[in-house]
Amino acid sequence: MSGASTSVAFWRSGLLLGLIALLGVALLVGVYDLTRTRIAAQEHQLMMQQLSEVLPRSYYDNDLVSDVTTLTDRGAFGHDRPIRIFRARQNGQPSAVIMEVVAPDGYNGDIRLLAGISQDNRITGVRVVSHRETPGLGDPIERRRSDWIESFRGRSLSDPPVERWTVRSEGGDFDQFTGATITPRAVVHALARALAYHEQRSDKIFAREADRDDA
Amino acid sequence: MTTPKPALSRTFFDAFWIQNTGLVVLLGLCPLLAVSSTVINGLGLGLATTLVLIISNLSVSLARGLLRPEIRIPAFVLIIASAVTVTELLMQAYWFDLYRVLGIFIPLIVTNCAIIGRAEAFASRNGPVASLVDGLGTGLGFCLTLVLLGALREFLGQGTLLADAHLLLGDAGQALTLTLIPDHPGFLLALLPPGAFIGLGLLIAARNAWQHRKQRLLVSQAGGTATAHDRNLHAQV
Repeated sequence: MSGASTSVAFWRSGLLLGLIALLGVALLVGVYDLTRTRIAAQEHQLMMQQLSEVLPRSYYDNDLVSDVTTLTDRGAFGHDRPIRIFRARQNGQPSAVIMEVVAPDGYNGDIRLLAGISQDNRITGVRVVSHRETPGLGDPIERRRSDWIESFRGRSLSDPPVERWTVRSEGGDFDQFTGATITPRAVVHALARALAYHEQRSDKIFAREADRDDA
Repeated sequence: MTTPKPALSRTFFDAFWIQNTGLVVLLGLCPLLAVSSTVINGLGLGLATTLVLIISNLSVSLARGLLRPEIRIPAFVLIIASAVTVTELLMQAYWFDLYRVLGIFIPLIVTNCAIIGRAEAFASRNGPVASLVDGLGTGLGFCLTLVLLGALREFLGQGTLLADAHLLLGDAGQALTLTLIPDHPGFLLALLPPGAFIGLGLLIAARNAWQHRKQRLLVSQAGGTATAHDRNLHAQV
């Protein structure tokens, strides 16, 4: 094979590969464009649905999704993960927050929660957003598997008293699951920390600048 | 591959059963074992994989005259990656709840060796119609394995079948869920990874037993002249 024909074959292959890549990109751009608004709407709807499960709609009249502030506080939460806080306002006055609470000490990695906390420091609702706890043992923290997570509704750090914010086997007020203590304990402790943070720093949370639109 | 132009039904059956991805060729085991904890999860991933296989087989077959051997593999990868991303976007738009359940396993379809295996072993050597049928057969075969394993694990693990059917079928699916063992305490082993391995082993054993029985029947009927089907297992990983 002569040098010239090798280089012709070389260029042909390269161009062909480029052409296939180009076609692939064109296809993806087309499908992306067709599905983009629908996907954004689905995600927004999911977000709103999750938020409304932890904080009743009657608590706020502002656009919750755009009134968000993100902070980290190792001292208060025991971890460095950024915490997003949605700020609910009624007629411009602070009425509640929804915090993205992380329980870093679960059985298997982070347990991410959404917790609604009203201005009187009571929990309005909690949902698990994601976790990797053992299926069948740790997953009753999910609402669709049990109503355990509902036991936090209306609770505050004086109900039960703060030292009883743990699982029953440790003298607390919250049930553990058969075969799983670590998972519920991690959730209970994370919520207690979130309540304590809110109690002390509610004003500061509302005084913070809102995050720039990152969507 | 035994005859120059086998009938399409033969092509389909070959891909679907004789060379079943999950039970015979044992490709794509990672998603198979991970997602087969319930029927609906299995069905969802199975259908998504089928769609990817159809798109990739068809595209590879159409481009096969142009593809020189040295760029064959990168071209397959580009085609498969595009097909997977298209499928992912479509699922995200139209089956959002299921997409959230299957999560990372949708983009990971791209790493399912069965797909590049069929592109290489079949689609790059056959016409578009046969390749499409092969993709459909391979995908549905994989789907069958996922659903069977999902049914086994879901039944033993939770005592239900078709739980969460609404993820795939909308609200109408809610009524499909069968609770076969009320108040099932849960059999954790079936839901955990070891249960997936054991379940798959049982399914492979069952399939082999079935095939052996059929072969014995054939042999005894034809007086020993039946030939075993030529199984191409060269693509094992």
